[in-house]
Amino acid sequence: MQLIDLPLIWAVIIGFGVIMYVLMDGFDLGLGILFPFAPDEQARDVMMNSVAPIWDGNETWLVLGGAGLLAAFPLVYSIFLPALYIGVFLLLAGLIFRGVAFEFRFKARTSRYLWNWAFAVGSMIASFAQGCVVGAYIQGFETQNGVYVGGALDWLTPFTVLTGLGLMAGYALLGSTWLILKSEGYIQEWAYKITRPLLLAVLVVFAIVSAWTPFVDELVRERWFSTIEVIWIFPVLALFCAYQIFRHVGKRTEGMPFVATMGLFIFSYLGLIASRWPYVVPPNYTLWDAASAPESQLFLLLGVLFVIPIVLVYTAWSYWVFRGKVKAGVGYH
Amino acid sequence: MDLDPILLSRIQFAFVVSFHAIFPVFTIGLASYIAVLEGLFFRTQNPAWEKLSAFWTKVFAVVFGMGVVSGIVMSFQFGTNWSNFAQASSNFIGPLLSYEVVTAFFLEAGFLGVLLFGRHKVPAGVHLFAALMVALGTFISAFWILVANSWMQTPAGTEMRDGVIHVLSWSEAIFNPSFPFRFLHMVMASFLTGSFVVAGVSAWYLLLGREKEANRKALSMCLWLILFLAPAQAFIGDEHGLNTLEHQPTKVAAMEGNWETQSGVPLLLFAWPDQETQSNLMEIGIPHMASLILTHDWNGVVPGLKEASPDEQPPVSIVFWSFRIMVAMGLLMILAGVIGVILRATGKLYSTVWYLQSLRLMSIAPFLAVLSGWFVTEVGRAPWLIYGIMTQAEAVTPSLTGGMALFTLIGYIVVYAMVFTAGVYYLFRVLQMGVEDEEPVDEEHDRAMRPLSAAHVTFEAGPYPGRDQDTHAAPLNKGGH
Repeated sequence: MQLIDLPLIWAVIIGFGVIMYVLMDGFDLGLGILFPFAPDEQARDVMMNSVAPIWDGNETWLVLGGAGLLAAFPLVYSIFLPALYIGVFLLLAGLIFRGVAFEFRFKARTSRYLWNWAFAVGSMIASFAQGCVVGAYIQGFETQNGVYVGGALDWLTPFTVLTGLGLMAGYALLGSTWLILKSEGYIQEWAYKITRPLLLAVLVVFAIVSAWTPFVDELVRERWFSTIEVIWIFPVLALFCAYQIFRHVGKRTEGMPFVATMGLFIFSYLGLIASRWPYVVPPNYTLWDAASAPESQLFLLLGVLFVIPIVLVYTAWSYWVFRGKVKAGVGYH
Repeated sequence: MDLDPILLSRIQFAFVVSFHAIFPVFTIGLASYIAVLEGLFFRTQNPAWEKLSAFWTKVFAVVFGMGVVSGIVMSFQFGTNWSNFAQASSNFIGPLLSYEVVTAFFLEAGFLGVLLFGRHKVPAGVHLFAALMVALGTFISAFWILVANSWMQTPAGTEMRDGVIHVLSWSEAIFNPSFPFRFLHMVMASFLTGSFVVAGVSAWYLLLGREKEANRKALSMCLWLILFLAPAQAFIGDEHGLNTLEHQPTKVAAMEGNWETQSGVPLLLFAWPDQETQSNLMEIGIPHMASLILTHDWNGVVPGLKEASPDEQPPVSIVFWSFRIMVAMGLLMILAGVIGVILRATGKLYSTVWYLQSLRLMSIAPFLAVLSGWFVTEVGRAPWLIYGIMTQAEAVTPSLTGGMALFTLIGYIVVYAMVFTAGVYYLFRVLQMGVEDEEPVDEEHDRAMRPLSAAHVTFEAGPYPGRDQDTHAAPLNKGGH
């Protein structure tokens, strides 16, 4: 029975789902954050059209992650959600608003400005809340016997506000580099212009969080400064990606800034995992503590292994279908 | 008085799940209806069927979209407000809910897109197949959700070890005692909901004299369905009730407003159940009828509420009255079917204005029936969350305070009020546009696979944005914010 380490497999699946979600919903949330600052309404149309065909597919990763967490790591589910209670509500409310705004903005005429606002504010709140989740995870949770015993606003500390703002900047960066890839003319020029300041903001938060995290607890400090030096590869690679963004924006390359931004996210994410591995509910529970019964994990694994490849193929296909520039004035609607 | 996190969480769950339930209950029925229309079109090539199918697919898209949005909230409720339940039951509930998501995922990724956007892009047979698969997918989704709920009502195939549920037999747990009844009852309710909405809308169009051929066909079809399904539903409901009597006698006692275990129990039409005095303050009933219905014996003994101690009884009035609303709606539905067949026989079906008007009103009857039915079964389970295994008080999130629960309850009410007002308003706009041919849509760019984008109806009255030349120049918010 113990030939395969089911919790480990599930950790990889859910870890993969999370980064897929962050990368994919990240750039469309980012466009929402940038929305109020766009040069004009035509630019907003292009921004929305550039993600219209794919954004809801992006969000399904979140739902899959939520349900998968309940099935595979119930302890994570039943500690994170109570601990992040208010934040989760804000996250969901934000996502609902922006989702509905997405659809109705295309159909609206006189009420369009309302949907613009709903889209922007919803995206900002959802991104900020997600950033707070990351911060709260680094901070750790106050638990007793597998139950969250902290307060309602433990997730909202100066540190998590910082990670919240940091993720907003990061998503905005994904959004602007995505827009570089998908737009042309004055809209693309605007995207180029804002990318470097956004990158700077991300790096500032990145630096503060990196300096702060090792002091959150002993284990993290030890991991970074004494045990395995090889994990320094992650921040180094992340910084290399950041440099590539900077360089390629200067060279006005279209594709590389987005690719490098994804790299920045992936390596920061791996660095984050490396600092906390194998704790999924820091500081007390590892992924093996948090796992559900093996037969339950196996039961669901069969279905998920069947569906994930299909979803990936379908996702790749829809990105392929909608490849290329979005022309101003031409909608997918 | 302190804010009670348990009560507030119950209200919150009731609110978000009721709001969610009205969408899928409609889409399950509608998906099958669309599949039937597609099948009829495929066989007969009569364009009226295609027209109807195209129109109802648009409606389906909007309702499905709202169901998805409200469903996202549901998948987090267990963790936010009922974390002890989530933790204890996840070995069984977790995979079920995940399979539901996986099914919906799969469905949305593939066949829904083909159904919504592929009419002129794929061969007719493929389109019909997609319609069938979407209909099948809605049943599979409902299957997983109802398995989870039924198991919470009549747990089987599992055991509690160290505070955690472990599955002993997946098949016993999935096909637990109340599941077949609940599933049939719900599927039937979905068919009835679909039938009554389509009938009501068709009747409305006929009153306005719009698209007579197609709408007559639709109305006629739905009325045949209602004639048979409504009585069948009453029968299934009765069987479901007998199953509940066997497994959850207290719930049935609350439905009947019956306090004492006795023989020859009357069927109460009206009563004012009072939990304080453990009696009804006033009652009007038909003697012996409840015994006859529940035990099929004039003097049959029916267990009363007092079999359970007062703190193990559900809130009786809610269960009692919800049950009566459900049954009243059911009887009205049967009546609507019978009147329909009489009018049909006399050839006056399409010209009887009062009947068409009342069909319009009857569109909401199945929704009321479904919601009140769920109130009966869910409230009637109180104080248990997993019947006989875990109470609501044990299941609630330990760190949850009344203030937090109240905050999010108000929050959800505000968000839902805004979002779903817009959604329902938009749905009515789609209905107003009607079955008539719409202006051609730029097919080349219409591959976005999202449900709501299948409906090309503007949010306000007027032409569709992007198709009138001045849209981009006209927005009121020129200059940004």
